[in-house]
Amino acid sequence: MTVILTQAFTGVSIGAVLLLIALGLSLTFGQMGVINMAHGEFIMAGAYTVYMLQGPIHSAGFSLLVALPVAFAVAGAMGVLLEWLLIRRLYTRPLDTLLVTWGVSLMLQQLARDLFGAPNVHTEAPDWLSGRVTLIGGDDPLTLAHARLFILGLALAAVVALTLTLRLTPLGRRIRAVVQHRDLAEASGIPTARVDRVTFLIGSGLAGLAGVALTLVGPIGPTMGTNVIIDAFLVVVVGGIGQLKGAVIAAFALGVLQSVLEYSTTVSVARVVVLVAIVAFLQWRPQGIHTVRTRSLA
Amino acid sequence: MTPVTGRTEQPLAGLEIEDLRVTFDGFAAVDGVGLRVGPGDLRFLIGPNGAGKTTLVDAVSGLAPATGSVRFGGRELLGRPVHRIVRLGIGRTFQTATVFENLSVLQNLDIAAGSRRRPHTLLRQRRGVPEEVEQALETIKLTAHRDRAAGSLAHGQKQWLEIGMLLVQNVRLLLLDEPVAGMSHEEREATGQLLRTVGEDRTVVVIEHDMDFMRSFATSVTVLHAGRVLSEGTVAEVRADPRVQEVYLGHAVGEEA
Amino acid sequence: MTAYLLKRRTTLAGYALAAPLLFAVAPAAMSDFRLEQLARYLCFAIVAVGISLAWGRGGMLVLGQGLFFGLGGYAMAMHMKLADAGAGNLPDFMLLYGSTDELPWWWEPFRSPAVALAAVVLLPMALAAAIGYAVFRRRVRGAYFAILSQALAAAFAILLIGQQATTGGTNGLTNFGGFFGFSLHDPVNRRMVYFIIAGTLLALMLLTRQLFLSRYGELLVAVRDSEERVRFLGYDPALVKLGAYTLSAGMAGLAGALFVPAVGIISPALVGIVPSIQFVIGAAIGGRASVAGAVLGAVAVAWAQTTLSEEFPAGWTYFQGGLFVVVVAFLPGGLASLWHLATRRRRSRAGETGRVVAAA
Repeated sequence: MTVILTQAFTGVSIGAVLLLIALGLSLTFGQMGVINMAHGEFIMAGAYTVYMLQGPIHSAGFSLLVALPVAFAVAGAMGVLLEWLLIRRLYTRPLDTLLVTWGVSLMLQQLARDLFGAPNVHTEAPDWLSGRVTLIGGDDPLTLAHARLFILGLALAAVVALTLTLRLTPLGRRIRAVVQHRDLAEASGIPTARVDRVTFLIGSGLAGLAGVALTLVGPIGPTMGTNVIIDAFLVVVVGGIGQLKGAVIAAFALGVLQSVLEYSTTVSVARVVVLVAIVAFLQWRPQGIHTVRTRSLA
Repeated sequence: MTPVTGRTEQPLAGLEIEDLRVTFDGFAAVDGVGLRVGPGDLRFLIGPNGAGKTTLVDAVSGLAPATGSVRFGGRELLGRPVHRIVRLGIGRTFQTATVFENLSVLQNLDIAAGSRRRPHTLLRQRRGVPEEVEQALETIKLTAHRDRAAGSLAHGQKQWLEIGMLLVQNVRLLLLDEPVAGMSHEEREATGQLLRTVGEDRTVVVIEHDMDFMRSFATSVTVLHAGRVLSEGTVAEVRADPRVQEVYLGHAVGEEA
Repeated sequence: MTAYLLKRRTTLAGYALAAPLLFAVAPAAMSDFRLEQLARYLCFAIVAVGISLAWGRGGMLVLGQGLFFGLGGYAMAMHMKLADAGAGNLPDFMLLYGSTDELPWWWEPFRSPAVALAAVVLLPMALAAAIGYAVFRRRVRGAYFAILSQALAAAFAILLIGQQATTGGTNGLTNFGGFFGFSLHDPVNRRMVYFIIAGTLLALMLLTRQLFLSRYGELLVAVRDSEERVRFLGYDPALVKLGAYTLSAGMAGLAGALFVPAVGIISPALVGIVPSIQFVIGAAIGGRASVAGAVLGAVAVAWAQTTLSEEFPAGWTYFQGGLFVVVVAFLPGGLASLWHLATRRRRSRAGETGRVVAAA
């Protein structure tokens, strides 16, 4: 019984990490259709922000909290710069965006190597995140790391904040208007170019938050973005385009699947099985299928 | 007009639609339509916006999932994938002309003519111009433009190219969605003549909003309204139908009457 | 039509020039070491030929060619390992790790040279056909297809690393003594490997060029530009795409198989995400829609990587990333499109309408 619960909780905490790294993408890829391979490097920027802040701010706990808004700002600024320099010229060529941003990602990784060195760096986890909560005591205890709970909380808070922003604020209405009908939105006086930039700011900023969270569970290095970007995209692909809800479900489903498979096989086999499961899932529910219900085929 | 209309070995066939229903998220765009288009007919499908004309054509051509029955030449079409329906001899155009802009006029027609070719012939290079393509080029009057990129054609020419592609496909049922929308008067006239020629040995269904165009070229008319058939008959019969006048009050039919 | 014939003639002249360069000048002028490096670049060029078919003409962004390259490479490497070990013996690395006393069942068929040779092409093609059929039939395309293919390459690399006892793990398979009975320690035999690679590349380039000119090539462009429209002409676009994707996988597999005797190693680092994208980079920079462009791009990028990254490791990465960004964003046809632009200008000055070139 405890085994099952432990696996379930491990799955949920893997899912929370997946959700955090995919949330920004579900905005930029899911809502805007931009395939930003440099998203992984925005995550990396968020993680290095924590590392940088631990120099001047000695309390690990305080620096982590400060890092959250700073990382959001740093990654968001990088996103806006990228959008302004390159992506806005490529909205009609999504596949080329993928390649261009991969080139950017390559350069950002090298930049990280030049600034911080090629080896991984480590950050100190705050005291209040180093313990574990015991859910079930006894001989076969079920415990949860505080850090995992923190990530889960952060992921859920980000989802709630993003949902409320999209649903309730004027900005959110504009974003949704542009997503649903760009030309009409433009004709109604919405500055679509500025809305695109703000959307990109939020999406990239969320990558920064994910980077902060990742410092609690793994090493910080120049290639950390590459390691997570594919997972993040898969979450969005499975979740469905433009679906925040879908991304949430997909993240936790993939997390639990991964953890259950890891328990019964090995980590590498689990990854492969998850991928095969995704291909099979797309057979049942093909995403990216553009149902042609218009009067033209253009 | 050039009398050449391409090769048609098979006999004329009619379209029989029974109790056709297409539903989008609970909304019945086509709500139990029954319709018979006789072999060789040049049928116009008219109706106000939202009447379900395009959806009906979508259902027949396999684009929109539907229930009921659509038979052409005795064969059931519903449930077959798009390309299989095409191979039964049914072709359609779209409101916005859709041609392969990066390919030449000739290449467009050649590809359209090719779906019946056996796979291994695909691996060979095209040498010369196949006869049916040559004929179609003349019929649609694009012989002089055959090496131009299709993307550089004028709007009307693109529509004709689409019709030409249907001709070389050797379709027996043509479904045309607003073929003269956005055309000049002269282009309309030429398109109408083209439809007549093409219709000599084929069954043709045309969705159209242009009432003058319909009056000049239709042999029979079906009026759709709110997903159902409102009236059917010759142009004169339909124009005399009080229900049609009501639906079209203030529109084309009323204006002239 | 004259412009078309002219183009045909220049292309044939290009091949007539390339063949003696590859077969006579390079082997005569280059040291063994340099020639082996060239052999390695030519392997990447073979992958690029397939990419120009699938991506340049077919519009399928194949970001996971490393998977097929790796399948071909490992199939060949397994055979060479078994041949080195001799009948009834285990490959050296398995003895080293000592975790298996028995050859895994899926190694066994690769003892046979015929099976191994067939497998290097058929295995990647069969896998591509299976993936492609599942994916294209459900109309998964564009970015979704690209991400999925990339994920598959990543998974393959992870799987290889995880199964150290039977695949050599991170180190991969290396230290080969012979290639179908010829000792690889003999420089003459290593030159022979180079000639096989150069010959394969030229043959595949000619084959692909012929495909581009065929009706299938035109159909593939039509599918790339408007898949739905092709459906309404009575074709199944899934099958059209499947053909190009499967062929490109076969070429990548062959390239991987030839890479092993030429370079002497196959490892997960050569099949994962990064090498897979690098295959695409070469083709993109050279010109995705032209065979010669893709090949020259692949060779140039691989050459630059080797020579420049030795001297300026950091600078090279910035340069590579930057070049990639600039070319893809502002010159999507690659450097080959500069050539097309120049010839088109000349042609339009001469007042001729050229044949429509299917450059994306």
